Amino acid sequence: MLEIKDLHASINGKEILKGLSLSVKPGEIHAIMGPNGSGKSTLSSVITGNPSFEVTQGSIVFESKDLQKMAPEERANEGIFLSFQYPVEIPGVSMVNFMRTAINEQRKYRNLPPISATDFLRIMREKKALVEMDNKLTNRSVNEGFSGGEKKRNEIFQMAMLEPKLAILDETDSGLDIDALRIVANGVNKLKSPENATIVITHYQRLLEYIIPDYVHVLYDGKIVKSGGKELAMELETRGYDWIKQEVVV
Amino acid sequence: MEKQYIDLYKAHHSLIKQHAASVMNASRDASFALFEKLGFPTTKLENYKYTDLKEVLSPDYGLNFKRLDFPVDPYQAFKCDVPGIHSFLYFVVNDAFYPENNQQNVDLPKEVVICSLKEAAEKYPDLVAKYYGHLSTQKQDGLVAFNGVFAQDGFFMYVPKNVQLDRPVQLVNIMRADVDFMANAHNLIIVEEGAKAQLLVCDHTVDDVRFVSNRVTEVFVAENATYEHYKLENTHIKTTNLSTLLIDQQASSNVLGNVITLHNGLTRNNIEIALNGENCETELCGMVIADKKQQVDNFTAVLHNMPNCHSNELFKYVLDDVSKGAFTGRLYVAKDAQKTRAYQTNRNILLNRTAKIRTKPQLEIYADDVKCSHGATIGQLDEQAMFYMRSRGIPYEEARLLLMFAFTADVIDNIRIPALADRMKMLVEKRLRGELSKCEGCTICQ
Ligand SMILES: Nc1ncnc2c1ncn2[C@@H]1O[C@H](COP(=O)(O)OP(=O)(O)O)[C@@H](O)[C@H]1O
Ligand SMILES: [Mg+2]
Repeated sequence: MLEIKDLHASINGKEILKGLSLSVKPGEIHAIMGPNGSGKSTLSSVITGNPSFEVTQGSIVFESKDLQKMAPEERANEGIFLSFQYPVEIPGVSMVNFMRTAINEQRKYRNLPPISATDFLRIMREKKALVEMDNKLTNRSVNEGFSGGEKKRNEIFQMAMLEPKLAILDETDSGLDIDALRIVANGVNKLKSPENATIVITHYQRLLEYIIPDYVHVLYDGKIVKSGGKELAMELETRGYDWIKQEVVV
Repeated sequence: MEKQYIDLYKAHHSLIKQHAASVMNASRDASFALFEKLGFPTTKLENYKYTDLKEVLSPDYGLNFKRLDFPVDPYQAFKCDVPGIHSFLYFVVNDAFYPENNQQNVDLPKEVVICSLKEAAEKYPDLVAKYYGHLSTQKQDGLVAFNGVFAQDGFFMYVPKNVQLDRPVQLVNIMRADVDFMANAHNLIIVEEGAKAQLLVCDHTVDDVRFVSNRVTEVFVAENATYEHYKLENTHIKTTNLSTLLIDQQASSNVLGNVITLHNGLTRNNIEIALNGENCETELCGMVIADKKQQVDNFTAVLHNMPNCHSNELFKYVLDDVSKGAFTGRLYVAKDAQKTRAYQTNRNILLNRTAKIRTKPQLEIYADDVKCSHGATIGQLDEQAMFYMRSRGIPYEEARLLLMFAFTADVIDNIRIPALADRMKMLVEKRLRGELSKCEGCTICQ
C-alpha cells in the first residue's frame, strides 16, 4: 500500500530524513517510535505533501502512485489522512463548513454528487458519538479555543468522517488523559478494517496497549534504525532510547 | 487643473445658483473662495499622501448645471445587488433624486421625509437651514470645498423624534452619462432624539465612460438616536469615487458605519465621526476587496470630544494584483473626554508581492483616564492553515477562498440587518471567487 524507499528530505536546506525506508500493507498497524527531534513529524509531513519540506532523494509510492507528483489535497482524496501533532486553529472557518467542504471535495474527486444535507448531519452525529465529541465544538471555528485534548479528539473525528485508507496518527496520545486516550484508541480501532492501514507515531508505549501494532520501528536521526514486533515497544518503555543510540554509534 | 473649474464657476455661478436650493447658495461663494485657496488635494498634503488624484481629475468632465434630465429608468437599468431586504428604496441618478413611484415605499411613516435636498429646502427651509453645511463648511478640505461650489442637489432624509424605522432605507446612487461625467451631490440626514434609521447606500455605474462622483454627506444623530450607515460600493474600474461622510453624534446615541468596497476604480472615503455628547456608542468598520489596478483609501477619524464614550473601529483589506490600499485611523480624545474607551484595528492580506497597503494609525490622546488601543497587521494567508485544509482534501484555491472569506467574516458580522448580512456574504464570496470581477449589473470591466 505504502512503499517508502531511501527517502531524504530537508527543510530550509537542513536534511532531516536521511535515507528512510518503510513498507506498509493493507490491514497492518505500524508504530513509529523515537526520541524527540528524530524526524517523526517530518516523515508524516512529507507523506502528506507539506510544501515546507523538500524531498531530495528517494521515492514514496501509495497504491502504485508516485505521491511526489501529487498535491496534498490529491493525496488526501486518494485516502491518506494525517492526525496532526499540533492541529491548526482556523478562526472564522466553522467546523461544519470545513467538514462539508472536505467531504464534498472527496466526493467530487470520486465522481460522486455532493452529499445531501440530511446525510451530512446524520454522519456528523454518528462520528461525533464515536469519539464522544461535544456538540458545541462542531459549532465553533476549526480548533479555535479547543483544549489540547479536544483538538486531538477533533482529529479522530475528522478521520472518522473521511474514512481514509491510510491513517497517520502523529502523537495523537500526547496530552490526553487516560479516559480520552481510551476513547481515541477505541475510535481508531472501530475504523480498522483489513483494507486500511495505520501508522501510529508515539513516544510512549501507553497508546500501544490499546492499539496493538503489528510492527514497531525506531526512528533515530532521520533513519529507521530498528524494527521488530510489539515487544520492541515494551523494551523501549523499560530501557529508554539510549541503548539504541549506542547501537547506532557502534 | 483647478483653473478650468474656477473659470467655470466665474462664468456660470448665476446659472448654478439659479438651479440650486437657496440654502445651498448661502455658503457657495465662501466655498469658492476656499477652493481657490486650497485647490484639489495633492500628495504633498499629509492627509492625501497615499492617493494621487491628479490623473483622475485632469480629464474634462461634463457637469449638468442646468439640471437636465438624464433619460434613465433605474428600475430597468439597474439590477440591485441587494434585493429582498424589504427596504424603502430610492434612486439618485448622478446627483438628481429620481422621481419616486415605488410601491415598496407606501408604508414609510408619514412623519418621515425622504426627498431631494432641493425639494426639502423649498418645503422645510428652516429645518434644512438648521443643519445644512454645519459640518461641511468647517472642513479645510479641497474636495469638500469643491462640492460646496458645485453641488446643486442631493438626498434628504429626516426621521423625527422617537420615530423608529423598522425597515432599512436604501439609496442607490447611479452614475449615468454618455460622456465623461462628474457629479457633486450633497446629502443631508437628520435623525432626531430617540429616532432610529438604517441607511444602505449602494454606488453603481452604468455607462462605459469615466465618472467622478464627489459626494458630501452630513448626518446629525440626536440624543438617544440610533443610526446605521451601510455603504456598498460596486462600480466600474473607470469610476473615481470621492466621498466625505461627516457624522455628528449627540449624547447616548448609537452609530454604526460599515463601508464595503467590493469593486471600484479609485476610491477615497473621508469618514469623520464626532462624538459630541456623553455615552455615545460608535462602531465603524469596513472591508476592501481589490485587484487589478484598483485603489481604495479610507481616511477615517473618530473624535472623542466628550467623556464616557465607546468607539470601535475595524477595517480589513484583501488586495491582489497591483491594487493599492490605504488606511488612516485618526483617533482623537479631547482633554476632558475622560473614561473614553476607543479601539482600532486594521488587518490586511496581500495576496501577492505587487499589491500594496499603507496603514497609519494616528492617535492624539489628551485625556489621561482612557482605554485606547490600536493595531495593524499586514500578512499573507496562513500557510499552516492552508496545509491543514489541503491535507483534508480541500484544493488550494478553495482553501484560499475559505481563509479569505473567514478573514472578512467579522466585518460582515457587524451588519445588523440579517438579510443584508446574508446577501453580503454571498456577494463577498462571489467576489473572492472571481465571479464578480466586474461589478454586478455592468459589463464594462473585463
Ligand atoms: N520548520 C522547521 N525549520 C527547521 N527545522 C525544523 C523545522 N521543523 C522541524 N525541524 C527540525 O527537524 C528535526 C525533526 O523534527 P520533527 O520531525 O518534528 O521530529 P519529531 O517529530 O521526531 O520530534 C528537528 O531537529 C527539528 O528541529
Ligand atoms: Mg513530532
